[in-house]
Amino acid sequence: MPLLSVRDLQVDFTTRNGRITAVNRIGFNVEPGQITAIIGESGSGKSVACYSLLGLLPTPPASIESGSAVFDGRDLLQMSERELREIRGRDIAMIFQDPMTCLNPYMTVGNQLVEPLIYHRKVTRAQARERALELLAEVGLRDPQATIDQYPHQFSGGMRQRVMIAMALINEPRLLIADEPTTALDVTIQAQILELIAELQRKRNIGVIFISHDLSVVADIADDIVVMEKGHVVERGDRQAIFQAAEHPYTQKLLAAIPAGSKPPADAVREDLIQVRNLCTWFPQGRGAEPLRAVDDVSFTVQRGEVLGLVGESGSGKSTIGRSLLRLVPVTSGEVLFDGTDVTGLAGAGLKQMRRRMQMIFQDPYASLNPRMSVYDTLAEPLLLHGIATRKTVEQGVLQLMDDVGLARAFVRKYPHEFSGGQRQRIAIGRALATRPEFVVADEPVSALDVTIQAQILELMLELGREYGLTMLFVSHDLAVVRHIADRILVLYKGRVVEQGTGDALFNAPQEDYTRQLLQAIPGRGLL
Amino acid sequence: MWRFIAGRLLQAIPVILAVITVTFFLVRVAPGGPFDSEKAVIPEVKAALEAQYRLDLPLGQQYLAYLQDLARGELGPSFKYPGRSVNELIAAGLPATAELGAYALLVAVVLGGLAGVVASLKPNSAQDYIPMSVAMIGICMPTFLLGPLLVLVFGIHLEWLPVAGWGDIPGDKILPSLTLGAAYAAYIARLSRAGMLEVMSQDYIRTARAKGLPEWQVVTRHALRGGLIPVVAFLGPAFAGLLAGSFVVETIFQIPGLGRFYVQAAFNRDYTMILGTTVFLSTLIVLFNLLSDILAAWLNPRLRAQYGEA
Repeated sequence: MPLLSVRDLQVDFTTRNGRITAVNRIGFNVEPGQITAIIGESGSGKSVACYSLLGLLPTPPASIESGSAVFDGRDLLQMSERELREIRGRDIAMIFQDPMTCLNPYMTVGNQLVEPLIYHRKVTRAQARERALELLAEVGLRDPQATIDQYPHQFSGGMRQRVMIAMALINEPRLLIADEPTTALDVTIQAQILELIAELQRKRNIGVIFISHDLSVVADIADDIVVMEKGHVVERGDRQAIFQAAEHPYTQKLLAAIPAGSKPPADAVREDLIQVRNLCTWFPQGRGAEPLRAVDDVSFTVQRGEVLGLVGESGSGKSTIGRSLLRLVPVTSGEVLFDGTDVTGLAGAGLKQMRRRMQMIFQDPYASLNPRMSVYDTLAEPLLLHGIATRKTVEQGVLQLMDDVGLARAFVRKYPHEFSGGQRQRIAIGRALATRPEFVVADEPVSALDVTIQAQILELMLELGREYGLTMLFVSHDLAVVRHIADRILVLYKGRVVEQGTGDALFNAPQEDYTRQLLQAIPGRGLL
Repeated sequence: MWRFIAGRLLQAIPVILAVITVTFFLVRVAPGGPFDSEKAVIPEVKAALEAQYRLDLPLGQQYLAYLQDLARGELGPSFKYPGRSVNELIAAGLPATAELGAYALLVAVVLGGLAGVVASLKPNSAQDYIPMSVAMIGICMPTFLLGPLLVLVFGIHLEWLPVAGWGDIPGDKILPSLTLGAAYAAYIARLSRAGMLEVMSQDYIRTARAKGLPEWQVVTRHALRGGLIPVVAFLGPAFAGLLAGSFVVETIFQIPGLGRFYVQAAFNRDYTMILGTTVFLSTLIVLFNLLSDILAAWLNPRLRAQYGEA
């Protein structure tokens, strides 16, 4: 008998534009002791379906129109809020996507951890704390005694997600719902968290629903896979069936979106556009403390027309290198020669001139676009600022950019919030290309996007790179993504370059342990 | 933390010095002087008075002399109340004003906070609209209108509360405190509503619900602290406003407080009194802003860590 059996579930939302069916008569089972993955892109209804089971959707605007969800012989959808509350956090627990925002920043980790235990099991605070310490040790936190009384901001993203997992497991639930638990994490941390979830699941023999937009993430751990598109379940099957013999075109599209393979090697020998010599960017850490050596004696060159990939985990200094080249952070020492000119010494008009030729695309298209400027304003600003267009020609210039990045011209007066994440990243790319730069730093441009969108944006960047003759520095924590787009790759660790080479060379014959670790961390590498 | 506090206190010195300097020269630029009156004063008498109060010295020297006195904590003699020093006058008016301010602040925080939190729990419902409309009226209504109105209703019509005085009849402190606190209660209601709405949409509130906590525990344990931080940050400026606004209330309710001395001093060109009260009030305001910052930092562990390092 399945642990959870969902049948015919329909969830509607009432919006200003009428009713929208977010989840359309779906059904799936979760077996005890198995991991069931629900896969689909943003807006496919995968999270809504799971939240509706636990009464975690605000009603209104949401309403459950039909269906049943039998857990342990009782229908969750027929329960009163009071009965559901008894089940939430005791029999069914959840972990969420973003560990940065899902823990209460005003409470110590320990106090948050013991809450479900004290509330559901009526144990004393001391007993609960004892249990919390055991669990923190089990999820792999170093020195729980010392860290239990710290606040969430004192933990890294991966550690916070471990705390979330401990919190979910503290009542020994029988079903765990994990909503994109690794999406906000670096690839290396993702691999650790996935392993942890799988291990704890085996040990406790509980059922898990694992929600993700990325099939490759669940390639190693899922028993069953449910694929959702636009509120419907389009395909269902065990892991073998989905990865070996997917039938539905949407599933095939998801599989195709997993970055694989590397760029064909460039043939012609080209001149160097950028020469970085002994670059150091250190950040002072208050009086008396050693400065943080974010970038420590790094040298490399970028050839004209080349895409150079920078790979490393959070804190490896990869973003700081990009920012140093563009003089967005002060450089401590070293030289950055751009087309023969040392940009580290530039100021005033010289710097402005250089900025026109070097542009940046940022990671989070939700945060990097000014919400009070329409697409038109965003794209027109650099054109006018750098005198590339006049008042008369600026409209033509803006529309041309819209065409180039694949946005419909009709959207030109809209504001960022009216666009999806992928469309916003297109706007951001358009803004960077507006000045007709020769060199672009792309700082994790696809890591906030769904895999399918990620594939489209990577394609767009490759295409525009050829069309505009761009030289690009592509920064990412994901080796598979970088291999897909870059001609050459630098692997960074703690502010230093540990290895460099072509994508194929790194994949097939990594020389350094750290590169091997990064390769190990790529989810579903068996598929590649 | 101590370093942060010490730093802020050091920063306050130039601020207060600037206030003194600007006030010192501004009151002297204003036409008229402390000894002008309709009756002609014999020139010898006027000269003697001016000598006594150091008004015959060049302005620069007067300024330096004033600063020297101030460094010893002397605010100088009052021009209009012969024989009494500004220190004495402030000491006489302060208790009533401080008490009034404290009660008004209490009214503002309790009423405003409660109304804001209640409104935020069911946004866009009657439970939201009613307190928020009252708050809007509270913001729009000037104190000099609200005071007499409350007196009319509760003092004269219903005869529940005394219409004036301070500490003479039981209950005579209620109406002034309400009058002074009302506008701030309204601001705080709006601030706490906005703060709570923001926090209630955070991911960690969803986490708390997913743990199975009942809604009241979600609100009190997880939301209140973050939701009320904007209110705490507002308390410093609010206190400044309360002190400045107490003059109107003190006049309406015949309260022997600092505000009345202050305004009279301005009309009378009582230079030392104006300066003394300004210095005293601005110091208080700086201190209260610091206090509300410390409180906000104490509530927010991330800020605490930042200040701890600074």
